Amino acid sequence: MNPEPILSGDRRALARWLTALEAEQPEAQDLLATLYARAGRAHRVGVTGAPGSGKSTLVAALAKAWRARGQTVAVLAVDPSSPFSGGAILGDRVRMQALAGDPGVFIRSMASRGTLGGLAATTADLARALDAAGFDQVVIETVGAGQSEIDVARTAQTTIVIEAPGLGDDVQAIKAGILEIADILVVNKADQPGVEATVRALKSALELESAARVSGEAAPGWSVPVLTTVATAGDGIEIVIDALAAHRIQMQSSPIGQQREIQRLRRELEARLRQRVWQRVEARLAPDTLDLLAAQVHQRVIDLESAVKSVLASTHTHTE
Amino acid sequence: MKKIRVLIAKPGLDGHDRGAKVIARALRDAGMEVIYTGLRQTPEMVAEAALQEDVDAIGLSILSGAHLALTPRVLALMRANGQGDVPVFVGGIIPADDAEALRGLGVAAVFGPGTPMSAVVDAVARATARPADA
Ligand SMILES: Nc1nc2c(ncn2[C@@H]2O[C@H](COP(=O)(O)OP(=O)(O)OP(=O)(O)O)[C@@H](O)[C@H]2O)c(=O)[nH]1
Ligand SMILES: [Mg+2]
Repeated sequence: MNPEPILSGDRRALARWLTALEAEQPEAQDLLATLYARAGRAHRVGVTGAPGSGKSTLVAALAKAWRARGQTVAVLAVDPSSPFSGGAILGDRVRMQALAGDPGVFIRSMASRGTLGGLAATTADLARALDAAGFDQVVIETVGAGQSEIDVARTAQTTIVIEAPGLGDDVQAIKAGILEIADILVVNKADQPGVEATVRALKSALELESAARVSGEAAPGWSVPVLTTVATAGDGIEIVIDALAAHRIQMQSSPIGQQREIQRLRRELEARLRQRVWQRVEARLAPDTLDLLAAQVHQRVIDLESAVKSVLASTHTHTE
Repeated sequence: MKKIRVLIAKPGLDGHDRGAKVIARALRDAGMEVIYTGLRQTPEMVAEAALQEDVDAIGLSILSGAHLALTPRVLALMRANGQGDVPVFVGGIIPADDAEALRGLGVAAVFGPGTPMSAVVDAVARATARPADA
């Protein structure tokens, strides 16, 4: 693949590169390797939260505000695939219509399943490609529903978690795992009742959290702000933009911020290695090997650990 | 394996997207990834979405009667974007003569209100089949 059209702003070439990366085509990955040194200039922002909380509307409002400041914006909007058909309806663009016709904005929808290397790895590659293509802001929207979506949010440098009012004062209603990844909390739909209670619940949950917070995950000197927005009206957006910029500066200027980025890359490296090693094993296995072994384990002909050893021995990946 | 990506768009001013949503679900259930863009799209918005999303096919749902005005503009913009080879389908209440005219312009197929979903899915699947699948 030729990097020239992509670097000169050819949107068709960029779109096709993204498709090829999603399909994990080696030439597309080679191009990403070639351009890797050019990436790293964008701010990669994750936006996650419950279905319907207003993620896409907020992303569109953020994009408008960035554009007004002269920055270019790419959006990667991830929606769940159907576990039954493997198909998906990707509807995030519906809320991003106001960005149409702006050559400084590029929006790409992506389905969550069907990638060999896992969602987080593929999303990270597409985000890096958009970064390398020169966008100033690269926003990744995912539904904060499962572990794989949370993993995606963690590939961003700054993660916004959105809640809608209606949590009440109930700390328990906050989804497990979602606070740990928040650098900025946004209570959207602040035009609806229950905002104050939701803000209170989040703040008190954050206090509980900060004691237990995974070390190195949060930047020191960064206390997670709880902001309120009305994304449909653009209210509160400037404050979110400022908080994003402040978090980025904090991350870049502190050694611990750098450390967090290195930790993040280490996790990504490990996940990719696991995937690659497994693919190697899988490629050398006869298609029904695992089915047969499972049946044998079931009949107590063999135990699980011995089954694993026999697979490793037969695929020559046993390196001890 | 690469999934078939289809853009379902509603250009024009009518506010009914029931039909478009039914088609979107049928294509999803057939394993395709459907990018749904919502109501009141201009031809420029449709072509731009098709470009950014690198789709394999486009379905236009047009109930306003403006199909002869909107469809050629979408086709022209797609050609200008280097996507002239992406099959475009049109669904809606479209008189036989107009359907003929649309096909003459390069529309892959025109679906009237009574078209069974399976026929729509089959047509999209066939039009997007890659040589390797055949
Ligand atoms: N009242 C009110 N409604 C809002 C606000 N922000 C978004 N909405 C509405 O909430 C609904 C869902 O908004 P989206 O932006 O699609 O939410 P989302 O989180 O992206 O949804 P999914 O991607 O489907 O998970 C839409 O009808 C929006 O118009 C807000 O600040 N106030
Ligand atoms: Mg959304």
